[in-house]
Amino acid sequence: MAAAAMAPKLSASSSTAKELTTHPIVTGSSVLAVKFAGGVMMASDTLASYGSMARFPDVQRLRQVSDGVIIGASGEMSDFDFAMRLLDELRVESECAEDGAELDAGEVHHYLTRVMYNRRNKFNPLWNQLVVAGTKDGKPVLGVVDQIGTAFEADFTATGFGKHMAVPQMREHWRADMTEGEARELLEGCMRVLFYRDCRTINRMQIAKVTATGSVVSPAYSLDTEWSLKSFKKEASPEDGSW
Amino acid sequence: MDSHGIEEVPKQGDVATGTTILACEYRDGVVLVADSRTSTGSYVANRVSDKIVKLTDNIYACRSGSAADTQAVCDYAKRFLSDYAIQKGRPARVSTAAHVLSSIVYNNKDNLSVGLIVAGVDDVDGPQVYSIPLGGTLVRQPLAVGGSGSVFIYAMGDADYTPDMDKDAAVAFGRRLVSHAMARDGSSGGVIRSVVLTGDGAERGFVPGSELPFSLEGMADGLAKAVEEVAEHRAAGPSSSSSSAGAAAAAAVASRG
Repeated sequence: MAAAAMAPKLSASSSTAKELTTHPIVTGSSVLAVKFAGGVMMASDTLASYGSMARFPDVQRLRQVSDGVIIGASGEMSDFDFAMRLLDELRVESECAEDGAELDAGEVHHYLTRVMYNRRNKFNPLWNQLVVAGTKDGKPVLGVVDQIGTAFEADFTATGFGKHMAVPQMREHWRADMTEGEARELLEGCMRVLFYRDCRTINRMQIAKVTATGSVVSPAYSLDTEWSLKSFKKEASPEDGSW
Repeated sequence: MDSHGIEEVPKQGDVATGTTILACEYRDGVVLVADSRTSTGSYVANRVSDKIVKLTDNIYACRSGSAADTQAVCDYAKRFLSDYAIQKGRPARVSTAAHVLSSIVYNNKDNLSVGLIVAGVDDVDGPQVYSIPLGGTLVRQPLAVGGSGSVFIYAMGDADYTPDMDKDAAVAFGRRLVSHAMARDGSSGGVIRSVVLTGDGAERGFVPGSELPFSLEGMADGLAKAVEEVAEHRAAGPSSSSSSAGAAAAAAVASRG
């Protein structure tokens, strides 16, 4: 009974095959991304949750599609793996043409948008919010597409809880000419708040960066956190009940 | 299955509550430990809550469930036990506090979402820990765990608890279990608060969220490194002595704490 409480709720319908795709099971939380001078930087934590349980703490939610394109995913992790397979099949097809041409970020974003929207129309969505980034002619490119096929490009984005907690900070601090260091600082500040306030996170994050010269996904690392302010330490007084 | 061999029927709206709480007897008293996360859905409403409430000088309770319900119930019990002590001319016993709370929870079970662990020391029965889960059952146990995070540490408690620990060992034990639960349960987290009761007042403890005995991130990092070291030893081939590979692997595993 207690174990059932932690697992994600499943529908009691008999046609479970289709129903499951509308109920994500193993999920990743927010993905954040900001354009900076010359590229795009993306951040996420390395957790995949199983309902309320922090089940898989070492998951790559930021991945390289190619040298020039990075992608980050929130939502159902098995659907993300499937989307990556589709992109890989595209890449193989493209290599067979042997013309040296590679899909750029805008094209990957566009392709995924068609896939997501078409799946939605068949009531069998890929339950993800995908963030695609790269460069074109030296300028940064950043796009988002979600499980119902809503797609757009933006200067900075966040998915999930990030929409509520990170985007306001981004609106305040973002500039088109941000340096890499400033972009990273902004993302880390947002990730820290998400670690404090989103139940479905852990303090273990990755940063991915893409510029005209290539892309890289960093190893996982943890942020410093503040827990020892005096008002935090003090015990509940009789008056306040201290929820 | 309950003790009659009849399977329990899950109640409508029965919900495990976002928290990890623990209390246990040790050689000279009791220890209460709790996490500090109050969540509404996936949002952390308060990341530094205090879930351990004083009922009398020598009886405290860990709260899980609805914040409003547990506050109301504990406020009432606190007042009742204070009046009781005046009338009786002696402090209330732990069993009294536990019975007052369990009868409130039992008689209002349709309207309350309250899970409590009551722990304290009195001069009649010494250190005691009582569990009061959702329906208002009252059960005395040497070790009690509660809240949604508790499912992750039943086995740990079963394996590692002994009733004769000293104070430092008991506090370390409680904090270690709670930090494991906080690692895996999304509804638990923050800092660890603890209270030690010996019959002679309370000793409060605090562990910041950056210094927890166990963290998932620490484990994942340590594990990744240990896995790499084992792979290297395998790659080194049968020429490397098996005992050194075993020792290195064991050291790497131990270091991930």
